[in-house]
Amino acid sequence: MSYQRVKFYQTGTFTVGNRLLDEADRTVQARMDRTNSLNSGHRACQGCGEALGARYALDAVMRATRNQLVAVNATGCLEVFSSPYPESAWQIPWLHSLFGNAPAVASGVAAALRAKGKTDIRVVAQGGDGATVDIGFGCLSGMFERNDDVLYICYDNEAYMNTGVQRSGSTPARAWTNTTQAVGTEPGNILGVGKNLPRIAMAHGIPYVATASVADLHDLEAKVTKSMSIRGARYIHIHVPCPLGWKSDPAQTIKVARLAVESGLFPLIEAEWGVVTDRTCIRQQIPVEQYLALQGRFKHLFNPRDEPSLASIQAMADGNIHLYNLVPTKPAMES
Amino acid sequence: MEHKPFAITLDPASSLANHTGNWRTMRPIYVDHLPPCNQACSAGENIQGWLYEAEEGKYERAWRKIMEDNPFPAIHGRVCYHPCETACNRGQLDEAVSIHAVERFLGDYAIEQGWQIEAGEATGKRVLIIGAGPSGLSAAYHLSRMGHAVTIYEAGPKPGGMMRFGIPQYRLPRNIVDAEISRITAMGVSIHVDRKVDNLEIAIIEGKFDAVFLAIGAHLSKRIDIPGRDTGRIIDALGFLKKMEEKEVPKIGRRVVVYGGGDTAIDAARTAKRLGAEETLLIYRRDREHMPAHDFEVEEALEEGVLTRWLNMIRQIDENRITVEEMILDDKGYPQPTGRIKTLEADTIILAMGQKVDTRFLKDVPGLDISQDGVIQVDDTMMTGRLGVFAGGDMVPAERTVTVATGHGKKAARHIDAYLNGFHYGKPPSKSVAKFDRLNTWYYTDADKSQQPYLDLARRRASFEEVVGGLDAATALLEARRCLSCGNCFECDTCYGICPDNAIIKLGSGKRYEINLDYCKGCGMCAEECPAGAIDMIKEMR
Repeated sequence: MSYQRVKFYQTGTFTVGNRLLDEADRTVQARMDRTNSLNSGHRACQGCGEALGARYALDAVMRATRNQLVAVNATGCLEVFSSPYPESAWQIPWLHSLFGNAPAVASGVAAALRAKGKTDIRVVAQGGDGATVDIGFGCLSGMFERNDDVLYICYDNEAYMNTGVQRSGSTPARAWTNTTQAVGTEPGNILGVGKNLPRIAMAHGIPYVATASVADLHDLEAKVTKSMSIRGARYIHIHVPCPLGWKSDPAQTIKVARLAVESGLFPLIEAEWGVVTDRTCIRQQIPVEQYLALQGRFKHLFNPRDEPSLASIQAMADGNIHLYNLVPTKPAMES
Repeated sequence: MEHKPFAITLDPASSLANHTGNWRTMRPIYVDHLPPCNQACSAGENIQGWLYEAEEGKYERAWRKIMEDNPFPAIHGRVCYHPCETACNRGQLDEAVSIHAVERFLGDYAIEQGWQIEAGEATGKRVLIIGAGPSGLSAAYHLSRMGHAVTIYEAGPKPGGMMRFGIPQYRLPRNIVDAEISRITAMGVSIHVDRKVDNLEIAIIEGKFDAVFLAIGAHLSKRIDIPGRDTGRIIDALGFLKKMEEKEVPKIGRRVVVYGGGDTAIDAARTAKRLGAEETLLIYRRDREHMPAHDFEVEEALEEGVLTRWLNMIRQIDENRITVEEMILDDKGYPQPTGRIKTLEADTIILAMGQKVDTRFLKDVPGLDISQDGVIQVDDTMMTGRLGVFAGGDMVPAERTVTVATGHGKKAARHIDAYLNGFHYGKPPSKSVAKFDRLNTWYYTDADKSQQPYLDLARRRASFEEVVGGLDAATALLEARRCLSCGNCFECDTCYGICPDNAIIKLGSGKRYEINLDYCKGCGMCAEECPAGAIDMIKEMR
């Protein structure tokens, strides 16, 4: 990881804040003066990971840019639940155009600001996995390829949740959605499909790519803050559980996200100019089953047990752990 | 309306108009559950509470919090058997918090700084306390804080009871005892030493006392029937330990046998070793597992070279030798004779067979219920059968430790205060215990327990210097910060940070948080993630 974790005996290393820590070592979210970019009263479901991820990321951007920010939003849950006419939950300059064109609109906003000489004002584009990996992918690839000065944040909840849980290019293997029912010999989403957008973004050779999770706030804020110190096209992919679409307990949103990281299924990495530069090590490795068992969308893997599928999913996690060296054998790594 | 853009009919509005709180079926509430350490403490200390202050380096506040319940932190930090640490949830994570070491640090620091507690506003009531041991002194301290005038009659030459005449100096240096007692006398408690009470009823009338607290302890050594035992070389362990406080140390010879398996037996054996006995042999009729003594004390005695014969019973004592019989434990753990006899040489035999209470001075007091070994029955207000006469410490049925006695003192003081004011002291309703499964231990960082320094073995064998050293300030601070704050908010901001609806209001340092019920959707993430288990979800009433 790109920063040194504070090692604190009681808590503080992993909690949001700690009354005994210096202000600088606490997160933005621990501050009484945080922006609350996404305000109360939004209509996201109970325990929404995306609402949480968006506030985490944008509050960190607001702090990093001293509140000089324009956000462009793709269509999706985040847009719908935050802006039912005439209400808005956004406490930052925010605009929405279409499902597929958020990267292009953001490129335009950045170009306009440059033309007006207001380069201190920064641009963030954001969308869900549907808008990012599927519908807006052409615009996003263009934004990367031109190296436009935009941070694009994808809140990945692994399906089209707003329209009723349909499969996207980011839906994991074997997950139930309304378009990948848990029936037949290969229940749920089929194995071996989908895109890994962080790696596609890296392939564009852009200055900064990172993955983050709502389960690790310190890591997420450090990555967002670092991305704002860089000019050019940047991409951050944030894992945000969806209690509705994942059929998980709304109270367990953070726990589910944490187990995704600890199992190795969602690796936390950083890459610069197309090369992986760092990763956040797994703290307490767990088998993927523990992660899957908390989610109703994988229920069919357990009743009766679908050993081949569980083994395949475990193999994906093991592949990530191997690829990014998430469980270092040498004790020298930070915990 | 006329100036709005095309197709726009409403003014821009905030989502704050949308009170999402009405979605809620469950509601989070902040709670303070009872940490297991507090539940386990015989002196009734709010351990989590004072560790919370110590974590911030607020040592005086931490010390004053201890002093609300226990006037002897420096003593307890040394001699308490710390049931709190056995109960500590951190023990299930890595190692229990070294509570006694932090308490000792605070106690010593307070002595160094000369911090004092003030007596309460005078009530004009007079209380007589008999016995200046931990229980009597603790009651005197609490009664004095409540404003009552306290007089202590102590039969011995100095106050402290077992803290001075029972526990050896290498475990509890006497300057510590003196310092913590002098704080109590400075509050106005008058201690009359060498004042043995022969008749309680007369003492009450003469001193015009409104209430009495009996705390004479258990000082009579129990005797056992061993043939030939009426020789001068046989002494009782308590008398032996008591003599250590006099100018002339007892002469014990080269070979010393200690008979018994309790903490007093261990204390006597280790003391004999320090007096220069070449061979100190501990004889106990059962095995080590069945010894009532605390295991770490047995361990320290063995380290210092005390020899042991488990499963042996002394059958006869002759001039320079004793006859022992080997025993075997039956199914119920009782020793049974084997018939195998052995003779051992011994210059001195120290008997540590337990103690009973000397209640002769109470023979004229009506209504007392005294059992055969002198133990006095009390009701749940610590009052004896005689109105206005309370009792506590080793002379009432309970575990006989300094900590239990100190707790009795506090409890009795509350009830005596209530009795003097003509009401009944009602215990506040007890809170539910914050068990380990309430905690979200993900958030706690691994941290090993701080180790206290030990005196080297050579010096332990030859001197009465204190064996276990204290923590320095930096280490004590880190140790305090290992506290998990079970069941009590310690302001880690996690609930505030993770609420997807910003429905938690941070009130600022020391003020904790509030739930904004206008927007809380009742998802329960805060309760699920709270490291300390200080948030409960309850059913929403509509």
